Parts: sequence; structure tokens; C-alpha cells
Amino acid sequence: MHNKMVLSFCLVTTLLLGAGYACNSSAQETIKVDGSSTVYPITEAVAEEFQNAKRGKVRVTVGISGTGGGFKKFCRGETDISNASRPIRKIEMEACSQNGIRYIELPVAFDGLSVVVNLQNSWVDCMSVEELKKIWEPEAQGKIKKWNQVRPQWPDADLKLCGAGVDSGTYDYFTEAIVGKEHSSRGDYTASEDDNVLVQFAANEKNALCFFGFAYYEENKDKLKAVPIKSPVDGNCYLPSAENVENGKYQPLSRPLFIYVNAESLAKKPEVREFVEFYINNAKELVPQVGYIALPEKVYRLALERVKAGKTGTVFAGGSEVGVSIEEIVKRETTE
Amino acid sequence: MSKGSVEAQQHLLYRIKKLRFMDTVFEALGIIAVFLVMTFIFAIILDLFMDGLRRLSLGFLTSYPSRFPEKAGILSAWVGTIYVMAGAVFWSVILGVPAGIYLEEYARKNWLTSIIEININNLAAVPSIIYGLLALGIFVYRLGFGESILTGGLTLGFLMLPVIVVATRESIKRIPQSIREAAYSMGATKWETVRDHVIPYSAGGILTGVIIAASRAIGETAPLITIGALTFIAFLPPSPIKADFPFVSWDSFVEMLKSPFTVIPIQMFNWISRPQKEFHENAAAAGLVLIALTLVMNSLALFLRYKVRRRVKW
Repeated sequence: MHNKMVLSFCLVTTLLLGAGYACNSSAQETIKVDGSSTVYPITEAVAEEFQNAKRGKVRVTVGISGTGGGFKKFCRGETDISNASRPIRKIEMEACSQNGIRYIELPVAFDGLSVVVNLQNSWVDCMSVEELKKIWEPEAQGKIKKWNQVRPQWPDADLKLCGAGVDSGTYDYFTEAIVGKEHSSRGDYTASEDDNVLVQFAANEKNALCFFGFAYYEENKDKLKAVPIKSPVDGNCYLPSAENVENGKYQPLSRPLFIYVNAESLAKKPEVREFVEFYINNAKELVPQVGYIALPEKVYRLALERVKAGKTGTVFAGGSEVGVSIEEIVKRETTE
Repeated sequence: MSKGSVEAQQHLLYRIKKLRFMDTVFEALGIIAVFLVMTFIFAIILDLFMDGLRRLSLGFLTSYPSRFPEKAGILSAWVGTIYVMAGAVFWSVILGVPAGIYLEEYARKNWLTSIIEININNLAAVPSIIYGLLALGIFVYRLGFGESILTGGLTLGFLMLPVIVVATRESIKRIPQSIREAAYSMGATKWETVRDHVIPYSAGGILTGVIIAASRAIGETAPLITIGALTFIAFLPPSPIKADFPFVSWDSFVEMLKSPFTVIPIQMFNWISRPQKEFHENAAAAGLVLIALTLVMNSLALFLRYKVRRRVKW
């Protein structure tokens, strides 16, 4: 009788306050993750599966403060793991070391950037980095306004540019890869932090040329045309595709995504270690499900070794790098 | 009858005609304006319905976020929204209403109160993210409240504060001076006058201010992301209501205030920026739930206002 009453009371509070779960007492371990909204879908997928696997014994929370915002919290020791769509910056490394926070850097997936044009665009079949640079560098502002200024064979039509907004990691990587300097480009283009807006722009504007995340192109293949990029390595043109990104042919517009793990959490909280190992072991399966490209198997193996060895620090000297294969990167020695 | 008076009469008739015509014109403009506003609102709601209705189900309300759009739900989000809004209304009312009463009934009118008045009016125009930054510095770090429901409620409460102060003052200003004089003449003290006359008579207007402020706050994303509201969270705050006597647990209440949370607008923001169309449908469905919640909240306030107003008889 009494049990029945408790149960019905729990049901009523669940319905009224949505708080019925409090009827189970709660003293669970919580793993806190924050950072890039680009990496978020991957971590969300892993967290979902991990919690299912642990049957609710461990809680994982994930926020979307952005890569920079995430590192701020991470370096104050507030989070266990930070999602990052670029390597940790010098200034962030300093903040971390000031607070005695050591971290393990792990690449978890590839994200490709796609350059796209309208379906009615019949003239573009391939573009080189030099051509893209000519369009996007700061000096092009107000000068390069027509397609035929880029290549004389192309029509005398207005060049309608659009791309990721300046606060996004996508913008940082694109400018680094194309212009050669992070965070530097012309300003007279249609910018949006929401890639879906850019998809609409490219789909409706005949003379558009836009750049945004690979997953957004994949989802809208029927409305857009991707521009093959001439590889600076072998001179051939490659379309953005999972295959071309994975085998390193789609260069330089593919970038690795990372998680940074607090070394102390890893050592002292067994559930964090378990979560990180679960992350790497399941990434190959989960990453493509949310629209990103999995790393080669060997890289995941190397990443797992890095976790087991507890190797802290970054292999990047505080900035993005372009045109280096992911395997080379992971094999490198870390610095702090 | 002289010629002049006929002319004057005609002139008067002409003027009446003209004024009647202006009357019709204004009425027509008014109808057009109302029609445009309604069309706009209905277009938004219809759009949400067309995109989101398919996803709206009990499962959507009782599931946690997921990478599979068809499995994803907003349980943690709507529960979080209700807790945070309860906190926001609590803080903004207990701080805003007394502040408004003091400024209107007690404070002397001098340059200092003028400056305070201007500042409060200006606060209403401050972008919401500024409130988020303020809350991050003061509540999260300085006072150590962390990224909790308490911080969320305080942040949105502060966001609502200026609207409530202004609404309280405006509503008090509408009470005729003769009411206060009548109270004083019966020997009532200032506090008795405020308690028994000023507050009850202005309650309707204050409630309207609370509705407007809360409807704005419930849709806020930026300040809550700034203070560290989450996006993926698959558990609920502990309920302060218990199965055993005395049914309310202070410890659980404190735990609830300290627990991390997410809200509906953050889920919408996350889903709308994903590439998959199915997630956009989820965002629309979450939008419908948010509108429904606002509607419930507003109806409650309207009902209370009706109750309050019926008691006021001058």
C-alpha cells in the first residue's frame, strides 16, 4: 500500500513538475564537457551512448560556449573535457599553465570545408588555392567583383560571395588555409554564423561563391554544386567527399577536430578515463552518423596510446597548421 | 436669418463632415494595422506548425537530447525553463515591485531620483548578453553560485527588473491622489495606505508588466549560454517535492537550485544550426512548446489580474 502511494506520488510529481527522476536518489559522478558547437554533435553522440552503456550511473553534460569560451572554463579547471575545432592557442596554453591545468590533446574527427556554387553555375569545374586567395584576401575588397577577374574565360558576371562569420572556427581555418593568415580576409561578403543561411544564399543566387562546413553541403547536395579544389600536392582536382578527406587528398580545406582532456581528471576520476576511451573506441562508428568524417583507424589507435601513456601538451605550436597529414601530427612529440 | 449665420452653419456642417471622415480613416488604419499584426503572428505560428507538428508528441516531451532527430526530446529543456522562469519571476518581483513603490510613494523628487529613473529606463534597452556577462562575473565567479538554476533565475530576473519597476511606477501613478488623501484622513499611516490601497489597486498593472517581462525572458538564449547553461543534459534537477511528510525538502530545494540545466531556446538554437532537416523540425516543435508555455503563463497572469481587478471598486 505504502509503496503504491509513493509510486503514484512520483508519477504525479513527474507529470506536474517533470521532476519524477528525483524519486531515485542521486549521488552520481558527473563528467563536464564544454566548448565548440562544431564538435558538439560528436560529443553528444558519444555521451548519449556512454550513458546508455553505463545505465545512468555516470552523468555527462555538454555545453556550447564555443572553442574559445570552452578553453576559458577548461583552463580554470571547471570542465573535464573541452571540445575544440582548432588547436589550443598560445594565450590559452599560458592560461592553463598558470592554473596548473595539464591536458591531453586528442584528434577525434575530420571536418571538411566545402566551397560551393549555384546549380546553374556551368563554368566552374575546379579552383586552385591561388584563385581562391585572389578572391578572398583583404586586398581583393572592392576590387575583385566579377567572375572574369578571377579567370578570363569565366563570364562577366557579378561575384556574389558568402561564408562563415568572423567569430567562427570555420572562418579562422578557411582564412589560414586560403589567405595564409588566420582571421584575415576581405570584409565585403555575406557572412553568417549559421551555415543554413549560407546554404540558402548559394541555392538562390546564380553567381554565388560560398564556403561552409562539409556536412551542410552533404545535406543539401541536390541544391548546390561543390567546387573541386586543386590539390597543392599532386595538382589534381578533388571534390569534398568523405573518401577524399580521409585519404588526405582534399587539401588544404580539411581540418581535424579535437577534444582536450584535463590530465588530473583523467588520473583521478575513473569515469573520465572510461569516457575518453569509450569516445575514441566508438568514434569510427559515431562520427559519420552526425555528418563528420572519421579519422584513419591508425590515428585512433595512436590517440588511445597517448591517453594510456598520459602524454600531456599539444603538438601544435599554438596555431592551426595546413596541409599536414593527421598521422604525422599525432606521431609528433607534444610540447606544453 | 442673416447671411452670415447661414454661412457659419454651413461651415460647421462641413467641419463635422470632415471630422467624421477623419474618424473613418483612422478606424480603417487601425483595422489594417491590427490585421497586419495578426497576419504576421499567424504566419509565424502556422510556419512552426507546418514544420514542427509532425514531431510533437508525448515522446518529444519525455525524452532527452539525442543524435537521432526522431528520438531527441526536450524533457530537460522544458523542465529547466520552468525552474529558471520561476526563479526569474520570483527575483524580479521581490526586487522590482518594492523598488517601484519606493520610488513612486516614498522617494523625494530630486536630481538623484531623476538619475535613477533615467538609468532604470535605459536598463530596459541593454542587450541581454550584457546581463549574461554581468551574471558570469558576479553570480558564477564572485558569489560562487556556479552554472546553476539559481544563477539562471537571477540572470533572467535582472533582465526583467527594469520592465517591472517601470510597470509598477506607471500603475501606481494611475491611482488618484484622492484615494490616498481619503486614507490619510481616516488616520491611516503611510504604510497602511500603501499596503491596503496602493498595492491592491496597482496589482493589475504590475501583473501586466510581469507578463510582458517574463514573455521576453522565456525566449532568451544568449545570457544563459554565457553563464554556462548546457545543451546536452540527460538528467533532471532533484525535485524539492517529496513523497513523505512534510512533502517539501529544503535540502532537495537547495540541490535543485545548484543543479545544472538547459532551456528550450538553447535546444532550438542548437537544432536550427544543425545541417539535417529533421533537426530543424525538432526546433520548430520546440518552438511550439515554448509558445504554449508562454500562453499558459500569460493566461495564469490574466486570470490573476481579473481576480484582482474585480476586487477594486472605487
